Amino acid sequence: MQNWWNLKLREVKANKHSYVLLAPYMVLFALFTVLPVLVSVVLSFTYFNMLEFPRFVGWQNYTRLFLDDDVFLIAVKNTLLFAVITGPISYIACFVFAWIINELSPKLRAVMTLVFYAPSISGNVYFIWLMIFSGDRYGIANGILLKFGFILEPLQWLKTEDYILPIIILVQLWLSLGTGFLAFIAGLQTVDRTLYEAGAVDGVRNRWQELWFITLPSMRPQLMFGAVIQITTAFAVADVSIALAGFPSVNYAAETIVTHLIDFGTTRFEMGYASAIASVLFMIMVGSNLIVQKLLRRVGE
Amino acid sequence: MVVPLIYAVNNAFKPLDEIFMFPPTLFVRNPTMNNFIDLFGLLGNSWVPFSRYIFNTFFITGMGIIGHVLLASAAAYPLAKHKFPGKSFMFSIVVLSLMFTPAVTAIPNYMIMSWLGLIDTYWAVIIPAFAYSLGLYLMKQFMEQIPDVLLEAAKIDGASEYRIFWTIVMPNVKPAWLTLIILLFQILWGSDGNGFIYSEQLKSLHFAANQVVAGGIARAGAAAAVALILMSVPITLFVFSQSRIIETMATSGMKD
Repeated sequence: MQNWWNLKLREVKANKHSYVLLAPYMVLFALFTVLPVLVSVVLSFTYFNMLEFPRFVGWQNYTRLFLDDDVFLIAVKNTLLFAVITGPISYIACFVFAWIINELSPKLRAVMTLVFYAPSISGNVYFIWLMIFSGDRYGIANGILLKFGFILEPLQWLKTEDYILPIIILVQLWLSLGTGFLAFIAGLQTVDRTLYEAGAVDGVRNRWQELWFITLPSMRPQLMFGAVIQITTAFAVADVSIALAGFPSVNYAAETIVTHLIDFGTTRFEMGYASAIASVLFMIMVGSNLIVQKLLRRVGE
Repeated sequence: MVVPLIYAVNNAFKPLDEIFMFPPTLFVRNPTMNNFIDLFGLLGNSWVPFSRYIFNTFFITGMGIIGHVLLASAAAYPLAKHKFPGKSFMFSIVVLSLMFTPAVTAIPNYMIMSWLGLIDTYWAVIIPAFAYSLGLYLMKQFMEQIPDVLLEAAKIDGASEYRIFWTIVMPNVKPAWLTLIILLFQILWGSDGNGFIYSEQLKSLHFAANQVVAGGIARAGAAAAVALILMSVPITLFVFSQSRIIETMATSGMKD
């Protein structure tokens, strides 16, 4: 044992420069990412209002979340709905569009990449959608429907519970061709061309088999990376909801776990309770990421 | 996909009577610069000079990017090329952090910021950006493809690790720099202070833009103009750096 420690210590000393290079980043990373997660978990077991010292309350915040807080259950339902719909659709869309773009000539490919990527890079300009779905007849959506006589008076798109969720999903999908999409385009370009020839010899008959047996397994690393990015964004819907549906939204129709967290963290100052929400969100996000990672390892097997 | 963006661009050049026209049109008929003139008039009257908002956003974006590229590259080099105790542990924590959003850590972050005395300063936005984990991840993956021979040769010539990092590794990862720059630019350009900045004179361009939009119907024209200005900058940057970014993304994959 003594020996093992000495050995490790010598290894650490020999690699002093590695630690020196790592230190500035890692200190900040620990301070602003690792420590907050730990603090959040600890606080979730306390009552804390920022003024008094946190008081330990055991599992009370969690029982209140799941048993007494109806709005939280709406938030969970909405968040899961967003994630289940926008997660897979956006992931598949990222791949399909990347796959189509990959067949184009380099010039056209660059243009199409820009076209698809532009929404996600154009910043927080969701208010374009406010203009499209505005509640008067000057919004594009109402204007078209009125003009062709589908409706007789303008719809209050963002103030009607039934329309709010689909609109947010639409905008979220519009924004979702982001980093994962770029990773897929790049991944497709790195697939070894000789594999396709070898595949043809080995009896790959059509494009679908080629896709499943050669393309997908070759770019599995990018697929995993893309999945992490898409899943994480799919669970984090909040900005779009707040910008379009308001905060709080009509009858909490657009409440998500993150907006619920913002509500308790920045409006009501129930920090212990908000931390419990954050911890639940953390578990859901990391858990689903790890599960999907496991599934993706099987692609093409 | 681009239709909403085209609509946004056209709206910025529509005179008010066209913005409020029935039926609404996608394309502008009588383009005008009035919205921009209105916008600048509006901003000229703001309590804090508009140039101040521009400076704030540029300062935050610039400092954040420089710091992040330097720190993330320095950390990525040993993670990609050296072997030392704790390496795989550190990298797996960074990967794990890609799996949740900053919302999870918002509350403790505020407490840490206030403990460090950084509330209501630029640094509350800038310093956390230094430790953005996606940047480190992409940089590390990209550095792995630098041939070891190159590093060995320098080592035999007697170069220190720091020298190797600065003179050999850094020039070789330029595409990854650009990618990190774009990623950070996107985040910081659109930042409204993350709830850490209260003083009006420290607030960002994006915050000022939101103020214009909040003016409602009377400012619909100016709001469209501000949307166009805000979105055109990151899109232009991407146009010029696209091929480099794709090159970086080629190495972005997660290995088992």
